Amino acid sequence: MTETMINLTIDAQPLQVPAGTTVLHAAEKLGIHIPRLCYHPRLSLEGACRICVVQVEGFDSFLTACSHEVWEGMNVQTNSPEIRLARRDIVELLLDNHPMDCQTCDRDGQCELQKQAYRLGVRERLFEGKRKRYPVDEASESVVRTPEKCILCGRCIRVCEEVQGVHNLSQHGRGFETVVGPANLGPMDDSACIQCGQCINVCPTAAFLEKDHTERVWQALALPRDVKHIVVQPAPSIRAAIGECFGMPVGTPVTGKLITALRRLGFDSVFDTNFGADLTIMEEANEFLKRVSGGGPLPLITSCSPGWVSFLEKFYPEMIPFTSSCKSPMSMLSTLAKTYFAEKKGLRPDQIYMVAIMPCVAKKFEAARPEHTMEDGTPYTDAVLTTRELAWMIKSYGIDFVNLPDGEFDRPLGISSGAADIFGATGGVMEAALRTAAVKLTGDELGPLVFEDVRGVTGLKEATLTIAGMEINIAVSNGLTNAKTILEAVKKGDKQYHLLEIMACPGGCVAGGGQPYPPSNMDVLDPNLGRLRAKALYQIDVNKQLRRSHENPAIDHLYTDFLGEPNGEKAHHLLHTHYQARTTRGIK
Amino acid sequence: MSTIANTDNWPAIKAAAEAALPASVVKFIASLQGTVHSESHLIAILHLVQAETGWLSQDQMGAVAQLAQIPVAKVTGVATFYHYFRLQPRGRHMINVCLGTACYVKGADKISQRLMDNLGIAFGETTKDGMFSLESTRCLGTCGLAPVVMIDDQVHGPVGPQEVSLILEKYMKLDKAAAKV
Repeated sequence: MTETMINLTIDAQPLQVPAGTTVLHAAEKLGIHIPRLCYHPRLSLEGACRICVVQVEGFDSFLTACSHEVWEGMNVQTNSPEIRLARRDIVELLLDNHPMDCQTCDRDGQCELQKQAYRLGVRERLFEGKRKRYPVDEASESVVRTPEKCILCGRCIRVCEEVQGVHNLSQHGRGFETVVGPANLGPMDDSACIQCGQCINVCPTAAFLEKDHTERVWQALALPRDVKHIVVQPAPSIRAAIGECFGMPVGTPVTGKLITALRRLGFDSVFDTNFGADLTIMEEANEFLKRVSGGGPLPLITSCSPGWVSFLEKFYPEMIPFTSSCKSPMSMLSTLAKTYFAEKKGLRPDQIYMVAIMPCVAKKFEAARPEHTMEDGTPYTDAVLTTRELAWMIKSYGIDFVNLPDGEFDRPLGISSGAADIFGATGGVMEAALRTAAVKLTGDELGPLVFEDVRGVTGLKEATLTIAGMEINIAVSNGLTNAKTILEAVKKGDKQYHLLEIMACPGGCVAGGGQPYPPSNMDVLDPNLGRLRAKALYQIDVNKQLRRSHENPAIDHLYTDFLGEPNGEKAHHLLHTHYQARTTRGIK
Repeated sequence: MSTIANTDNWPAIKAAAEAALPASVVKFIASLQGTVHSESHLIAILHLVQAETGWLSQDQMGAVAQLAQIPVAKVTGVATFYHYFRLQPRGRHMINVCLGTACYVKGADKISQRLMDNLGIAFGETTKDGMFSLESTRCLGTCGLAPVVMIDDQVHGPVGPQEVSLILEKYMKLDKAAAKV
């Protein structure tokens, strides 16, 4: 099929682009980056902010480059004095209704509005007008909403609806009084929000941010060591992304530097969420084998992603019996730190302070759930820092991250297999489970290691594998609109799956709601961002001696020494949880 | 195959939603089920709720969301966008300030401000005691009396700012008298 090509001129440079190309994309072909705020390449068009206006010959008014397609003979100017003035005025007007607190704002230096104001030459504020005043909503355990900083670009509304299928946010009111928020502009903790944090990732300003846990961690680190033993565990995805915050290329694995940075910050024991991941596979693989042989219910659905767990409880409570009762790797490790490790160390559970570093904001909610608290009512996980928060702490301390020597995790809760590292990539939990399940089903210790079918950042993947003569149907989804598709297919009985991996965030944990804001040449939700970070995890996996969770000798020792049998009584008591239908019930 | 536990809360959600809405609304929403673009009837549904009950409560909007399967944020977003939808119950007396051209040039803005100050509410709101609701309207066709304030079905005009409290007091007295009877 031949594409119709269109000839046009942009800034006196002729070019040819396929019909249907927008002016914004045509200009990019010439290396001209037209400024934008509401536009996002992975979301539907909004055309609200007007910053991308251009001048087109024959038109009295300016046209938005994001929403106009090119036509034959079109003559566009992107940088005339009139356009520069118009764009500057638009940003000025946005700023005049925006708090003047850049220096004390969490997004200082990483704010798209701030960058546009600088780029477009806003150096003074001419329009002093009415300001909107709204309280900050801190009701949610994970997501803080600050309506005063909102510029009404609508990206959060679109990501919540189009990518996550949650549709928790809408514009309320009209004109100057317009506010973006959940139903009735009520508190976020009393809404359909599943706390994935994708609104934070796509917000150009600080209208959405994670709930800050850095202060409590600084305070814990300053406590005398006979009072508290401070333990930390970074999730797999942190080592694949945190380097970006220090100018390292996307996809640089930095496990060793991360460990050293954590020690320099003052943590007493540096454990690895990976150990919890290996343990999750032991428990989940056993749960799976039990269900396959014991008559169900199938499919078994993974439960590592707390955003997905919230989605399950609010949108698909009827699927609770299918979902694995396994705690997430984070919660498993936190539980062991305050039981097994405390016992070994001769400490009381309350003498241990557990900090988890997560690519996720929903983990803050998971840590606060009553199911994950000890009998005395204190949580197993005391603080959850996002990758962004940890990077800020490292910078705030003044640690030269890039030049740090490599460190090693502490034993035994820091030993892990490569199967655990890949948990951060979509399809990783599935692959890790299959590595172990294949060995258990075939009895062949040299079973397959790489399952190509489940790799890659595609939103929905499925495959049928034959293991030990048994056909196993599997599916992997990321981004909750894809979860809806697969769950509806399961409910209709279109396909009999054995095992489903569901991750809330598009691309999996590597692109979670707590990960670094991308470098300037990439967009959030760009599949390449997820792909590069995942590549770093697969590279770590290949370089490891241990590749299967059940081969981890520390895990083996944990069962003989402390837990007993996988899925046994003690393991069940400590490592498993339960779910319940919750309101606000979401609309599928 | 072992029996699978029933963990769905839909029957309870559905029953609560049906109880929160007038039967005619429940019936209307049910009649839309399965039709093409059934979600496009949201405004019609909200009109019907308001026609039946006088206003839209958060419970009712939540119930509409569940029964019509439209995200609740969308329902409340639409309801807050249109002036026509009332998000508070109607007061016993409806005050309509005419903001038509003639009334406006004769000082309707001052009358409005005085009413808002006296009642402690803005347009579209109802006083805490449930006595007055304040609304604005365009030309009532009595420009000769400008500026005009209509309370229930009675037109008052011309109204000076100082007369506002006198008129309100008249209605308060009437209500007190009615309460005694």
